[in-house]
Amino acid sequence: MSAPARATTGASTTAPLLRVEDLSVVFQRKGEAATRAVDGVSFSVAPGQTLGLVGESGCGKSVTSLAIMGLLPKRGVQVSGGVFFEDRSLLDLSDSELRDLRGAEIAMIFQDPLSALNPVIPIGIQVTEVLTRHRGMKGDVANREAMDLLDRVGIPDPKRRLTEYPHQLSGGMRQRALIAMALACKPRLLIADEPTTALDVTIQAQILELLRELVVGSDTALVLITHDLGVVAGLCDTVHVMYAGRIIENADRREIFYNGRHPYTGGLLGSIPRLDAVRGETLNPIRGSARDAIPWREGCAFAPRCDHVQDDCIGAPPQLETVAGGHGLRCLHPLDRLPATETLVTLV
Amino acid sequence: MTTPGSDAEPDPASAGAAPGEVLLDVSGLKVYFPIRSGVFFDRTIGHVKAVDGVDLSIRRGETYGLVGESGCGKSTFGRGVLRLNEPTEGKVLFDGQDVAALAGEKLRSMRRRMQMIFQDPLSSLDPRQNIESIMTEGMNAHGLGGNSSARRTRITELLEAVGMSASALRRYPHEFSGGQRQRIGIARALAVEPDLIVADEPVSALDVSVQAQVINLLEELQGEFGLTYLVIAHDLAVVRHISDTVGVMYLGRLVEQAASDDLYAEPLHPYTRALMSAVPVPDPDVEDRRERILLAGDLPSPANPPSGCRFHTRCPWRQETRCDDEEPQLRELSSPTSVAPTGAARTDGSGAEALPTNGSGTDGPGTTGVGTSGLPSNDPSTSRGIAPAAHLVACHWAEDIRDGHLRPKSADQVAADQGVYIAAEGGLDPAAVIGAGRDAV
Repeated sequence: MSAPARATTGASTTAPLLRVEDLSVVFQRKGEAATRAVDGVSFSVAPGQTLGLVGESGCGKSVTSLAIMGLLPKRGVQVSGGVFFEDRSLLDLSDSELRDLRGAEIAMIFQDPLSALNPVIPIGIQVTEVLTRHRGMKGDVANREAMDLLDRVGIPDPKRRLTEYPHQLSGGMRQRALIAMALACKPRLLIADEPTTALDVTIQAQILELLRELVVGSDTALVLITHDLGVVAGLCDTVHVMYAGRIIENADRREIFYNGRHPYTGGLLGSIPRLDAVRGETLNPIRGSARDAIPWREGCAFAPRCDHVQDDCIGAPPQLETVAGGHGLRCLHPLDRLPATETLVTLV
Repeated sequence: MTTPGSDAEPDPASAGAAPGEVLLDVSGLKVYFPIRSGVFFDRTIGHVKAVDGVDLSIRRGETYGLVGESGCGKSTFGRGVLRLNEPTEGKVLFDGQDVAALAGEKLRSMRRRMQMIFQDPLSSLDPRQNIESIMTEGMNAHGLGGNSSARRTRITELLEAVGMSASALRRYPHEFSGGQRQRIGIARALAVEPDLIVADEPVSALDVSVQAQVINLLEELQGEFGLTYLVIAHDLAVVRHISDTVGVMYLGRLVEQAASDDLYAEPLHPYTRALMSAVPVPDPDVEDRRERILLAGDLPSPANPPSGCRFHTRCPWRQETRCDDEEPQLRELSSPTSVAPTGAARTDGSGAEALPTNGSGTDGPGTTGVGTSGLPSNDPSTSRGIAPAAHLVACHWAEDIRDGHLRPKSADQVAADQGVYIAAEGGLDPAAVIGAGRDAV
């Protein structure tokens, strides 16, 4: 079970494609207290790598992705820190420079393909729009390229699909169409925000396979945002676990799953019924809900829900410290090791 | 005044009923929705066959899990049982009484004994009613709980049972978190002392940490109140965790049914296998080791289901004969060793290969037997005195698949056979999609 920590291949050798440094996002509405949705988040991802950003709803993982893409509204939002795509600082780019970059070099896949696609415009026009905007293609050339793209992501009969509207496609097809649009300009960074959450498991398996093939062995980097630790276990090279706006633990995937030491990481793993676990054991959920988090400046935000809480957890916030090669941990009293799961069934 | 002791036997009619006897017996249930068209006249031009002939029985004290993907009819089945959707055909016997034949007052009082927990707790709780009013409404309607102070005591007890305090009574649904709302929905269902609870995706809207709390709560309450559950969910791991018996639905039909442990230890139907192989497991070693059975394409339309076996359009094990034109019925399999290797020889033409496995027998009538022997059920697991259910499967070739005589085709092959293309292993060249032409940008 306890596989030794293995350095992720290529992580140290390649220069990172995306670096996020001390990123914070504060929402401030008139007459209301400021909400710090993202609080000092740092990570980097190299070409050919998949980085997983994991957490429950409200932990700030989606806001992080929107901040990277420059998609947050300007009013009432303060973004600070640094986001670097190679050597370009994305936070300092003008709107038009960002528009040139988005869709061309950085692309995003959203959770709900139906609301990400324009319902009154045929798929074909939405795909060719990207090609026209960023690659200067027109007419037949753009159409042929669009057909090619749909074909590559596994949409049958692409010629007919191009003339259809989003509602005429199934959920899996829509997500494929969205991926096709994201791939239209051969982006080097792909950000996927819960790309399979709205899909059935068999369709999810198809889409994850597609994403895996796109990234592994290529020089595209993928940032995968998800709440599903199962998806992370299969796809991600490095994993960052977020809670209440901060990263509370990060490591490569084996280290997280086998030597994760934050009580929240352990709690998440203990909460999930596993398909291959011994039946009849009760789950060990985390108490309370994410609503119980205290502000980080008052101590560890997870303290109110933590089973290992001690007096010094309230007061000074813990720092993200390196415990082993590449393993960061924000906890004063970490677990020695995760409780092992006894597996009964060998899955087919 | 209700004491916890009397909670366990909520209904006088059911008093003394032993766990294990059949509480709900559904046979041949069909729920069709008409497809209408026309501007001036409503013409029915067809039917969406959401549930198309399902037989299933649930024993008292049992948890029956119904799994399947969206559109397979599992929710409609649950609603059909409660007559929230009127069944088109079929019989629903609840404690010996035909629910489908009841009307008016009798139906209303029967419904007290069958309650539902919904997926979205916010939209199933009236935002303008406080929790006390939400919880007493059902008790009032059924004349339960005595006077108002007795009712108040009763609902306070119920709130405590689901892990909430009496301070919730004066508050409104929007003041609670998702997990708390779901607890309120559960307490509301319990308020009318039901025998059967139909839980339709009870945890899928919740965060994982809260999901586990609600799953544990459902298990505790089952012991405390002697409840029988029909849990409808798409999450196979959740269903495995809480169910004694699991039924797998595909396009309106039950394709496999077995005791939970049997099903997950040895899924027999190709669809169940594909479904299980698609569920991600939070364990990198397991994930790296597993082989996924990718399915080609999407669910066919339930308005016009495929002929023969409904799964044949996506099935990696589809054979030239029987699958396309002969509808398989749920049956028990003949025992593992009696399958003749010739069973595989018959199928050579379709690209399947014979694979000698440990259980390669010598003779016997391969796939014809409507088995009588059944599988050895390896554990008398279930704690509540419920015998493991028989392992039933609706597939013509289940024996050959189980014994490894038939090999699955890749999604690519299936797609090619069926005229659809799907990206799968080898179906996509990363260089072609991403690498090439980047410099052309």
